[in-house]
Amino acid sequence: MSGSSLIELSIAVIILLGTILGFLSSIGFIRLPDVYNRAHALAKSSTLSVLFVLLGTFLFFLFLEGYFSIKIFLGIFFVFLTSPVSTHVICRSAYHSKVELAKESIQDDLQEAMEEYTRKQQHNKNTEEASII
Amino acid sequence: MIQWILFFSLILLTFSILVTIYRLVKGPTAPDRVQALDALGINLIAGVAVFSVYLRSTAFFEVILLIGILSFIGTIAFARFVERGVVIERKQSD
Repeated sequence: MSGSSLIELSIAVIILLGTILGFLSSIGFIRLPDVYNRAHALAKSSTLSVLFVLLGTFLFFLFLEGYFSIKIFLGIFFVFLTSPVSTHVICRSAYHSKVELAKESIQDDLQEAMEEYTRKQQHNKNTEEASII
Repeated sequence: MIQWILFFSLILLTFSILVTIYRLVKGPTAPDRVQALDALGINLIAGVAVFSVYLRSTAFFEVILLIGILSFIGTIAFARFVERGVVIERKQSD
């Protein structure tokens, strides 16, 4: 077996690993009970899967074609930066729009902090109105 | 050999895209659907990358970057819309 076909094979295995991770994350996405659990399944493994696939593509074109692709590099960087952020923003908007937790969940730690936050905001609003008057 | 591994990866990606579309259609709440769209974008990025390795062509790399950016912006806009009812907030001038 020559060197370049060995490199090719290992890169294909990296890509296969990435897609298997994505498949597992999509199983979690369909099986888990509520939005927050599904976000947990999606944020980590899906990001890791797309990173593996893009890294495999980058290495493939770097070693076999001798082509350093800055676009793929930027894509890796951008996906790594934005995928957790977008999941966080979706979870935050779900909690703010009062999506229910699953029946199996035991405690909700965010609730107290959220009540404190809304009370403080209400207080600020009231003092602002009073100062205007 | 390599071609078959890449083909198998494409089949797995197709399955995960189908699952995501199921969640996009059925999902009980709006954040579920937004999340499904986000996952769809990420799976599409992976699919385009595998396909460009399969064809040994560098022509599709712009597509990867573009889908990444558009999917992120769309997710942020949808999340703000679900949370507050508007996408861009303007200050009330009097």
